[in-house]
Amino acid sequence: MKKLFLSLTVIFSFALYSVFTRKSSIASGPVPVSGSGTITMMQSPMMNYKNGQYTGDVADAFYGNVQVQVTVLGGKISDVAFLQYPSDRSRSMAINSRAMPYLKQEAIQAQGANVDMITGATATSQAFISSLASALNQAK
Amino acid sequence: MGMPITVDILDPSVSQKNLDRIFAYFTYVDNKFSTYKKNSEISRINTSKIKNYSSDMVEVLKLCRQTKNETNGYFNILHNGKLDPSGLVKGWSILKAANLIKQMGFIDYYIEVGGDIQVGGKTWTVGIRNPFKIKEIVKIINLKNKGVATSGTYLRGQHIYNPFFPGREIKDIVSLTVIGPNVYEADRFATAAFAMGGKGVNFIENLPGFEGYQIDSKGIATMTGNFEKYVQSNSQQN
Repeated sequence: MKKLFLSLTVIFSFALYSVFTRKSSIASGPVPVSGSGTITMMQSPMMNYKNGQYTGDVADAFYGNVQVQVTVLGGKISDVAFLQYPSDRSRSMAINSRAMPYLKQEAIQAQGANVDMITGATATSQAFISSLASALNQAK
Repeated sequence: MGMPITVDILDPSVSQKNLDRIFAYFTYVDNKFSTYKKNSEISRINTSKIKNYSSDMVEVLKLCRQTKNETNGYFNILHNGKLDPSGLVKGWSILKAANLIKQMGFIDYYIEVGGDIQVGGKTWTVGIRNPFKIKEIVKIINLKNKGVATSGTYLRGQHIYNPFFPGREIKDIVSLTVIGPNVYEADRFATAAFAMGGKGVNFIENLPGFEGYQIDSKGIATMTGNFEKYVQSNSQQN
C-alpha cells in the first residue's frame, strides 16, 4: 500500500545565508494516512532577494560538476534545483585482499529503487555553495 | 545544521500541531548547536562569550567526552581550536524527537535528517545511497525500531578528520553506514568509525549490536558479519 512520501529538494548548508522555509502537509483519505512535513533550514543574511529564477555558475565538485538554479519567491529562496551534479566516475574493481576473513566484500551494485527513505552522507558541497552564491548574486 | 528533515507519522489522527511541535524542536536544536549560526550557544562558547552552559549543552558535551573514550579518541569534537559536536548532536536530537512522537502516542513513524534515520513501529525499507551516483541506491535494508547513520565525504569533501593526523584526509573510504539500536548510537559510532578510515568497519564489527556497510574509494563494499540479516532479499524487491 503506497504511503505519502515527500520528495525533497536537497538543500545544502552553507555559511553565508539564512532562510527558514517550511512545507508541510496533512494527507487524508483512505486508511492508512500519514502526516508528514519537511523543514529545510539554511543560513541567510538579513536581506530579501529579488523574485525570479537564477542560474549559478558551474563549479567543480571533484567528482564532477555542480550547477544550481535558485527560485526566489516573496524575497526568499523557495527552491534550489540541480542542473548538474556529480555523476558516475570510472573506478577499478580490484578487490582488497587485506580484508579480515569474516568481513564480507562485494562490488556495489545498483538496486531497484522501491524504498521508504534513503541513508547517505550529509550532502553539503563547496561546489554547491559556490554555484548557489553565484545564483544569489544575481538576485540581489 | 542546514539539512532537510523529514518526519513521517503513519496515523490518521496526526495533526499539524503535532508536526509543528517536532519541527520546533529541531529549530531549537539548530539555534543552539549550529556552528554556522553566529549567535548559537556553541558559537558563543567557541568565541568565549558565555560561561554558563545550558543543560542540553552540558549533556551533549558530556556524551561527546564519553564517546571519545569509547572510541579510543577517534570521536573528537575539537577541530582547529573550536568545538563542533555535530557528529553526535544529529543522532541525539533525532532520538529526542522520536521520543516526542512516542509521547504523543504514535507507533509507526520515521524521522530522517540529512541521511540519519530513526524508525519506529513497523518495518521500514531504507536504501543506502551510492556515493558515486547520488540518485542511485546500492543496498536495501529492512529496519524495525533501529537507527541508521551514514558518514561520508563524497559530496561534501572532508568534514571528518582523523584526530590523530589532522592534516591527513580520509581518502580510502567514502561511505560508512552503521545500523544500531537507535540513531544516537548509530550516528556517534559512524562518525568515529569513519575517522578510522579503512579500519572503521572493523571497529563496528567488534561492537556488539551494531552492523556496518563500508564503501571504499574503488566502489568495493565491506560489510560486518551479520549485516546481511537486514538486507532485503532479491525476492522481496518489486
